[in-house]
Amino acid sequence: MLLRDTFNAIRQWTEGLFTGWGMPDDWAFLTTEILVWIVGVVCAIAVMMVAALVLVYLERKVAGYIQSRLGPMRVGPIGLFQTAMDAVKLLVKEDIVPQGADKVLHTVGPALFFTVSLMAWLVVPWDDGVVIGRVVDQNIGVLYLMGVSGMTVIAILMGGWGSNNKWSLIGAVRAGAQMLSYEIPMLLALLCVVLAAESLSLGDIVGAQRGGSLLSWNIFKPWMWLPALLFIIAMFAEIARQPFDLPEAESELVGGYHTEYSGMKFALFFLAEYANILLISIVVTVMFLGGWLSPLGPIDSVIPGVLWLFAKAGLLVFFVLWVRWTLPRMRPDQMMSLSWKLLVPAGFLALAITTVAVMLGA
Amino acid sequence: MSDTYAGQTDELLINMGPQHPSTHGVLRVLLRLDGEIVLDADPDIGYLHSSLEKIGEAKTWQQFVPYTDRFDYLSAINNEFAFVRAVEKLLGVRVTERCEYIRVIMAELQRIASHLMYFTSMGLDTGAVTVYLHCFRDRERLIDLFEDATGQRLLYHYLRIGGVRNDLPHDFVARVRDFIDYFPARLQEYDNLLTRNRVFRGRMEGIATISREEAVRHGMSGPCLRACGVDHDLRKIIGYSVYPQFEFEVPVYDTCDAMARHLVRCDEMVQSLRILKQATDKLPDGETNVKVPRVIKPEPGAVYERIEGPRGEVGCYLISDGSDKPLRMRWRPPSYFNLQPLPQLMRGGYVADTVVAIASLDIMLGDIDK
Repeated sequence: MLLRDTFNAIRQWTEGLFTGWGMPDDWAFLTTEILVWIVGVVCAIAVMMVAALVLVYLERKVAGYIQSRLGPMRVGPIGLFQTAMDAVKLLVKEDIVPQGADKVLHTVGPALFFTVSLMAWLVVPWDDGVVIGRVVDQNIGVLYLMGVSGMTVIAILMGGWGSNNKWSLIGAVRAGAQMLSYEIPMLLALLCVVLAAESLSLGDIVGAQRGGSLLSWNIFKPWMWLPALLFIIAMFAEIARQPFDLPEAESELVGGYHTEYSGMKFALFFLAEYANILLISIVVTVMFLGGWLSPLGPIDSVIPGVLWLFAKAGLLVFFVLWVRWTLPRMRPDQMMSLSWKLLVPAGFLALAITTVAVMLGA
Repeated sequence: MSDTYAGQTDELLINMGPQHPSTHGVLRVLLRLDGEIVLDADPDIGYLHSSLEKIGEAKTWQQFVPYTDRFDYLSAINNEFAFVRAVEKLLGVRVTERCEYIRVIMAELQRIASHLMYFTSMGLDTGAVTVYLHCFRDRERLIDLFEDATGQRLLYHYLRIGGVRNDLPHDFVARVRDFIDYFPARLQEYDNLLTRNRVFRGRMEGIATISREEAVRHGMSGPCLRACGVDHDLRKIIGYSVYPQFEFEVPVYDTCDAMARHLVRCDEMVQSLRILKQATDKLPDGETNVKVPRVIKPEPGAVYERIEGPRGEVGCYLISDGSDKPLRMRWRPPSYFNLQPLPQLMRGGYVADTVVAIASLDIMLGDIDK
């Protein structure tokens, strides 16, 4: 509530300021929107960076404890400064471009990857009505998300092709195949949620899960179980994490599409990848776990919704990390047949079930 | 013009170079790929060649024992075992009963350590990184045992001509028994993490197959051969050292694929525990070493002594000309012959299967390149 009210208050004050200066109303609205976008983008970058830093540290700690060791311990108390120091190290490293590499593609690849990951944060609802790109979200929220996540494929292909390395190329092509294949089950699962909420806006989807209690969240409705399962499996494929981390496939392709990258460009790939994990966990939270809604129901007006959002997304992030360090990796053809032969038909089935459920007035 | 070019694909010649995270050492494999399918594979070895056999001609018999460790450096005791038995055969020396028991205990502990290393690399190559650290945690216990007995963690120089370097520490047997009690639960854990894992089985079942006839023709041995349905274990067939006194089974599977090799190694660890239990129970007292002259000059002759190492048949062919140095020291490495059918294993599979094929053979480049 606090965040929402503050946000709306600032927005209205700014609009008032512009109309006070004699701007027509719709111009004031537009200028306010642009200012909100700019400030919001800066905040989003900040959140992304902090998220990536925290996530990398968490991953290494979680990995350590799963593997009966401690993880980073020396840099700062219990290793807290490890990622920051890693980022500094990456920044001061020499930027190596392989001989014969396509310089433009080599440079644009990571930049595009980072930009595209950043774009997706525009429609994340932090609290009731607190969205950076409100206009985008109100009209095409889910569609925008899917479109943007499709563009990461281009960035990866750029990285792989521009490296002048056959192994990177194999990794990039695998990534392209994988991400494209898993977009479809993801989209079908999302469509189920959109059908139930009757809106493409992420804010409205969370609003549709508002009810008396925890049980009105999407995950607790039986016809949402199949879409949730599909989305979670597709989620692993979209962020290229085990068991679907073929694009990276450390033991086969050394680093896949980011083998030949060092320094800042690698940092861009790396940080965007981890920010993606958080982003997609937030998307799952918004779609199925009630977003910023408190599990205690409307009586809870003390804890800001954004904290609940991060708490729930955090659990999912832990789950992603847990699975990564446990399961082996699937082979590309097995991964593709899983997607096309199992998940896509399951997605259509889920869509049918949801349609029936919605028609029956649920 | 345009429609002869459209849709035309080319083969990709790619180098799975000597520096690669998954080639188990410095092995180079030239792959011809059609997309993701391997058309042909050409292994290229020699990157780790250290002229150990030539060195064997320049060192005295005792001086060469530490070099044998370095052939298959993950199962050092078994290498020493082959060489030391060969020299003892040339000399006509019989070691004491206690020494044989100690040698068998060490060899079986080493077999478990080597198979744990196989688990490590198999897990890493298929993407299950956690298995690596869990196996190393258990391997540390074994290495601690070795360190207490021999003073070294990896390359022991423990077995000597005529005996062993020193007797076992007084608490060694108790600690081995502790390990025997502790380990089966761990094996169950690895079972759950790897062998029963659906994703892992999908990566291993039906992959990298070789027919039984081909395996025998290439001279494969060890778990690779026993996974093709051939019941061939030198511990049973020759019954060298004191192995005939122990009751144990030889696991044989007949699906000839990577999963069968994996299962053979899992079961072998269980059987090694059995042998260890019997050996530690029956360990006789007495002297560990026999008197062997300071300067060893065996009668002219040739001997080929072979033992069952974790990777297969380890053989040592020695020719003596009566002097204090071997005339010829020839090592029969199990990994060299296991590696031969690699093109057949990889052909028709995917790129992702190449690493599984190499890992399932459990080769050791030190052995291959000598």
